Amino acid sequence: MKEMILQELTRTAHDLTQAFAHLVPRLIVMLIIIAAGWVIAWVVKLVVRGILRVTGFERLSQKAGAARLLTQAALPSSSELLSRLVFWLVWLGFILLGIGALGILGLQDLIPRLVLFLPRILVALLILFFGMVLAGFLSRAALLAAVNANSPSARLISGFVHFAVVILAIAMAFEQLGLAQQTVLVAFTILFGALMLGLAIAFGLGGQELARRALERRFGPPSKAEREDDLSPL
Amino acid sequence: MAEENILPDEFLRQLMNVGEVDLVVAVPTHNHARTIARVVEAVRLGLVTYLPRERAVLVAADGGSRDGSLSLALEAAAAPLPAEAELRYLRTFQVVGGTYANGAGNHSPLRLVLAAADLLQAKACAVLSPSASVAPEWVERLLAPVYRKGFDYVAPLYRRHRFHGLLVRILLYPMVRALYGKRIHEPYAADFAFSGRLGADLLAGPEPAAPGDAADYLRAPLCALTSNYRVCEAFLGPREQTELAADLVPALRQTVGPLFRSMEEHPGCWQAAKGSEPLPVESGQEEITSEPLRLNRKRFHQMFCSGVADLHPVLATILTGETLADLGACAALGEQAFRFPDELWAKTVYECAASFHRNAISRDHLLQAMAPLYRGKVYEFLGHTRHSPPEEFEARVEALCLAFERLKPYLLQMWGGRQGGTP
Repeated sequence: MKEMILQELTRTAHDLTQAFAHLVPRLIVMLIIIAAGWVIAWVVKLVVRGILRVTGFERLSQKAGAARLLTQAALPSSSELLSRLVFWLVWLGFILLGIGALGILGLQDLIPRLVLFLPRILVALLILFFGMVLAGFLSRAALLAAVNANSPSARLISGFVHFAVVILAIAMAFEQLGLAQQTVLVAFTILFGALMLGLAIAFGLGGQELARRALERRFGPPSKAEREDDLSPL
Repeated sequence: MAEENILPDEFLRQLMNVGEVDLVVAVPTHNHARTIARVVEAVRLGLVTYLPRERAVLVAADGGSRDGSLSLALEAAAAPLPAEAELRYLRTFQVVGGTYANGAGNHSPLRLVLAAADLLQAKACAVLSPSASVAPEWVERLLAPVYRKGFDYVAPLYRRHRFHGLLVRILLYPMVRALYGKRIHEPYAADFAFSGRLGADLLAGPEPAAPGDAADYLRAPLCALTSNYRVCEAFLGPREQTELAADLVPALRQTVGPLFRSMEEHPGCWQAAKGSEPLPVESGQEEITSEPLRLNRKRFHQMFCSGVADLHPVLATILTGETLADLGACAALGEQAFRFPDELWAKTVYECAASFHRNAISRDHLLQAMAPLYRGKVYEFLGHTRHSPPEEFEARVEALCLAFERLKPYLLQMWGGRQGGTP
């Protein structure tokens, strides 16, 4: 009995050593692939950046208005963004190659699924990017309109518009990724509905006077202050 | 030919029946049933009284009115004039009417008028706004300098309240004057006259990037100034408040936007000009009236202060840090001690023009962001000139214009994309 236990232990230890002995070189190969991939990706990034600089890509993107969009979304310049994207794509390819070199069955199954998931991630990122740009544009439009209408809560209105558009963009991005679709949708609906209801109640009950004035301003005759300002600019 | 694309068939038929003329008087209308009959009568009286020997035609260019403005104009043209005026007729008075917003293209009334004048080989053409203030003398005062003295563009001068048309006085006039070196007091006018050759040039030129009345109305004087045509001013008389744009933001879109765009279209023309010179003035000088006017200056101040504070992130993308800080300091001064120096106003406008040029933000947003800043300058201007006599008022406007001229090198510097302080 004792011998049998010892034999089993010895065999298990031997198997473990064998497995480890097989894994270590693969691990080293994976690290080498990832490290080499990083270097190659870095070189490719520099090459892409150089090509973009030589071909005047930055000027082109400025003319097309892309540079302005990126600035508005607080992102780096278009050539920098593109070269970074190339870097990550190349390196990600090497990382997947390295993981594949490990030869772990479960991981090997995950890799094609991850590759298939990449386009969805890119689309979600694009949705987020354009969502940010749209949020910036619409909130600025709301701010300018509110300031020129002499609204006392111009920044609040602008902030609300920005928040609503960003939330909408995040919800759409999550939906694209297929992550907790129902949860995100329900959360967005509740949040948006609650905000609208809150605003309606606040405006209707808390701000009766304000609501009356706003309606009068919209549909009634001009107030004394407005009449006094009717200087024609032209 | 351009006419083929601009003139509707029916209108073209009417023009061909008219044949060749010496003078064209055009009245663009758009829901002006209230005033159009009076304007047509004034034009007819003007022609029969002051230019009876010339072959003239009245062109009613309608923008798709729904109140029957066009038919009212044609009816008024056929109605009998007072007996003594009828006796002066030497030629048959002709009238044609056409629609420029006919769905075939988004043309402006001016393009329709230009095409008509070109087809009729007119030597002079006057454009009159369909406002109630048009008088028979206006026809002569606008057309005579072109027809008899060889001028190519006649800009109007009016008698009006000192505080009406402030956008023109404190922004458009000083800036156009500093840019092109000519003191054209009403660069954005709804009443003006031009020669046949200037009209042909305008018609042959490209359509404005943003088609519409406003861009074209500014294009005529700017084309005359940049192409070295002979330009003069003529005093017309009292002017009723314009219907071009009663609100500030639309007014900025209609005038400042096209002006900034024109700077991009003709950079060589304005960058070389230095100083400014007065234009020849025909028939009288500009007159300023001072009738009591209800003003709520406090509102201008409050909107300037809240605008500078609320729009800080937007203004930071348009203006330099130094200018923005100066504006903030002005806003912090309070009503009594408020100051908005002319130099700061000129720098602000120039930086806005440069930001418009480099597309710092949406161009429409930029023009909207100028509104609170303009209100601040108006507040200061009203405060300084409210009780001043006309000479002092003129001196105040002149000082502002000189600040714009003095800071023109700063505009060139900003336009070239270089940041820096006052030269």
